[in-house]
Amino acid sequence: MSNEIYRLTVNGIEHEVKDAWAGESLLYVLRERLGLPGTKGACEQGECGSCTVVMDGEAVCSCLVMAATAVDADITTVEGLSLDGEPTDVQQSFVEAGGVQCGFCTPGLIVAVHHLLDRNPSPDELAIKEAISGNICRCTGYGRIFAAVERARDQRRAMQAK
Amino acid sequence: MTVVNATSLQQALEALHDHPGARLVQGGTDLMVEVNFNRTTLHDVVALRRVNELKRWHIAEDSQTIRLGAGIPYAEMERSPLCHHLPALAQAARTVGSPQIRAAGSLGGNLGTCSPAGDGLPVLSALDATVHLQSLDASRDLSIHEFMLGVKKNARQPNEVIVAVTLPVLNGFQGYAKVGTRNAMVISAASVCVVHDALGGTIRVALGAVAPTVVRTREAEAWLASQTNLAAPLTVTAELAREFGRRAAAECSPIDDHRSTASYRRHAIAVLVERLLLRANDHGKSPR
Repeated sequence: MSNEIYRLTVNGIEHEVKDAWAGESLLYVLRERLGLPGTKGACEQGECGSCTVVMDGEAVCSCLVMAATAVDADITTVEGLSLDGEPTDVQQSFVEAGGVQCGFCTPGLIVAVHHLLDRNPSPDELAIKEAISGNICRCTGYGRIFAAVERARDQRRAMQAK
Repeated sequence: MTVVNATSLQQALEALHDHPGARLVQGGTDLMVEVNFNRTTLHDVVALRRVNELKRWHIAEDSQTIRLGAGIPYAEMERSPLCHHLPALAQAARTVGSPQIRAAGSLGGNLGTCSPAGDGLPVLSALDATVHLQSLDASRDLSIHEFMLGVKKNARQPNEVIVAVTLPVLNGFQGYAKVGTRNAMVISAASVCVVHDALGGTIRVALGAVAPTVVRTREAEAWLASQTNLAAPLTVTAELAREFGRRAAAECSPIDDHRSTASYRRHAIAVLVERLLLRANDHGKSPR
């Protein structure tokens, strides 16, 4: 593949990537080539987590994935979490708990928290902290983010109990 | 620039043969940092992400060794069942980057990059790992000590893929500890792996981030063996552990850099070696 067209499956939709340099990161391709700017870019070296997406069932930093090597992968970005355009339960919990300040880290956190709760419906405090240890927030001090995750967890539990 | 998304080892080896000098990429967590910051010029790339052969592991029939595919992500080493067979490797894996990095990073990448701070490497050194390399027409095995040559230098030839490592299955304590400037998401300023081979009667120690490559403290190991019987159960005194830490630290050659200073690194090594030896001593004994 040399500057050829390749295809990426993002949020269940197959996209063609044209006229791209083959070494571009998935983060860059999502934002600049596919018009999906929900995934944020900051450190570009896997430290901050703001570019977190789910690829083949694993939360990864899209800045560290060479897009041209992800041709067969099933990729979910923050744009793909809500099926109906309404906020997801996790997004709503972040709003209600005040877990959003400047908002830059929020999409990466939302993806990481969905990934956590989809795999572990009842994470304890340690599991929550561990799951979002790769997502840096410079505003909140994390307290309200933890509260938001607990809120989403408890609401899902309550829904299941009904 | 050509990107080959190999789906089998054979295909990867053929691609390496057809594109001499192509960069291999497994999880991308090292290579893409270089690419994103324009620190490297990419020509051709052979991606190993879809090569399932590199993601398998198995224990030998005689139960003496375990072979780990080079593409197994750290996230899998942290978890059961691998964590039970290789506890120090699980601890080291647990300290790598973040969950996002551990879902992508692998031992093959750690070996390929061969950074002095690579968290898997002290474990491989303390366990005297064998590294399996393969090219289109040959395969060879190297001891981990022959494989690591210097800062980001290793013995892999451009046409070879690091396919697996073989480690002994040992009976006894295995521990890994590191220090950095914070708890999560940190590159080691100094790291230590201590392995107790209770049947063989040896304590093996490897140090990371304190020399151009991982250091095996063979003199300190031999000294310890001369001081006390290392066949289980250990009877190590606090004084002996402290002296062992001092001797192990004397074998490294740390530098001052942006992550730490040489003197702090040496101090940290002495403390971590002492601490891990005391943990080895307590291992398997009822709590006091």
